[in-house]
Amino acid sequence: MEGELAHIGAGLAAIGSGAAAIGVGHVAGNFLAGALRNPSAAAGQTATLFIGIAFAEALGIFSFLVALLLMFAV
Amino acid sequence: MADPVDGGGLSFKPLDQFEVKRLFGEGPIEWYTITNVTMWMAIAVACIVLLLVIGTSKRAVVPNRTQSVAETLYGFVYTMVEDVTGKDGIKYFPYIFTLFIFILFSNFLGLLPMSFTTTSHIAVTAILAFAVFFTVTIIGFVKNGAAFLGLFWVSSAPLALRPILAVIEVISYFVRPVSHSIRLAGNLMAGHAVLKVFAGFAQVGLIIAPVAILGVVAIYALEVLVSAIQAYVFTILTCVYLKDALHPSH
Amino acid sequence: MADTPVEAGAEASGAGMPQLDFSTFPNQIFWLLVTLVVIYLILSRVALPRIASVLAERQGTITNDIAAAEELKMRAQEAEAAYDQALLDARAEAAKIVADTKADIQAKLDVEMQKADAEIAAQTAESEKAIAEIQAGATEAVKAVAKDTAKEIVAALGGKADARTITAAINARMKG
Repeated sequence: MEGELAHIGAGLAAIGSGAAAIGVGHVAGNFLAGALRNPSAAAGQTATLFIGIAFAEALGIFSFLVALLLMFAV
Repeated sequence: MADPVDGGGLSFKPLDQFEVKRLFGEGPIEWYTITNVTMWMAIAVACIVLLLVIGTSKRAVVPNRTQSVAETLYGFVYTMVEDVTGKDGIKYFPYIFTLFIFILFSNFLGLLPMSFTTTSHIAVTAILAFAVFFTVTIIGFVKNGAAFLGLFWVSSAPLALRPILAVIEVISYFVRPVSHSIRLAGNLMAGHAVLKVFAGFAQVGLIIAPVAILGVVAIYALEVLVSAIQAYVFTILTCVYLKDALHPSH
Repeated sequence: MADTPVEAGAEASGAGMPQLDFSTFPNQIFWLLVTLVVIYLILSRVALPRIASVLAERQGTITNDIAAAEELKMRAQEAEAAYDQALLDARAEAAKIVADTKADIQAKLDVEMQKADAEIAAQTAESEKAIAEIQAGATEAVKAVAKDTAKEIVAALGGKADARTITAAINARMKG
């Protein structure tokens, strides 16, 4: 029973991946909107874009980790 | 890549590929045991030597392809370090380049079928990230002394908010190595596990198998991208942390 | 379902995730440190200085080539300027020669013309003199004939002609 609850918890934690996807899409979309308004400034900001995506994505990876822990370690 | 079907039922073993195994003989894994970790790290070193030492041995003014790739990587990381940390960060360039080239090659080698991805292990990435964390913290204190603590004191914020911000800054500073390492390991582990799951579906039958194989191809392409991007992200975050250590004022 | 990692290498830590199998951590960390030190030494001793020197050398070569090209261009421009100058000089020289020759010819021509003019003038003067002499001779002859005729006519008319009167009359008529 406990194992089955853990699996349900893992599935719930996996929702966090979707939230991270929203975050990453938000970052990339806003970057694109800004880049299309001022394309000359866009090239210098790709590093910032990747840093932003990395931070947004890291939290999704945390939820993925929680899911994995629930699946295999609990 | 697909696992053989055990006794008839579907068999997903997406995590088997991450197992650390002895290469020779039987027995417990001691710290000095030669394992598949050793082998794949050695292969990474061999590839790095092949590209950066053998590939540039001609020292040609007009480079051939291998030397051109080596020079492109060099220029890419050098520009990154210079742009993010400034001129005084250049002397840490060999250290950052070591991290970058090791992660890049481990990621790409991990994409070979049947291979072992060293950077998908928390143990490995945590050491990398904590090495960066301690290096950066020590450099910060050596270069700036107590002024390094100004990193946590946001002088541009209203005075009443500053203590709260300081707490948040301190927490985020100490979370850095955790997110730094888990991002890399998690990305690679997730990607490789998804590949394995898709490969597991390829056993199912005539209708699902082609879809699953197409899925494997697509995810594999994504993983190639992710491998390069994660190496880049790890490196650029190292540069950002180093910049914070060298110029702590906000 | 995946709770049965029965592969040989998995130590019995119970955890399904190989990443959380702490018994393998010392091994991974040890080999990672070895790898990083090896890569760092290879890079910092051999690879990076070499690439840096190659890049610097290339930069130097490019700079040198650009400088050499600049110099060659300058030399070409100098040569062109010299050529233009030589052309101008040659033209001026030619113009001078033409002018000199013209002046020379003109001078010679002038001398010859003057000579010819003088000769013509002398001849003209001589001719005029001859004509004047002939004219004078003719006048004298006419005068003498007229005097004789007048004397004869006067004598024939029974008059006694005074020679001086006749001469004066004839002279007056001849002038008129």
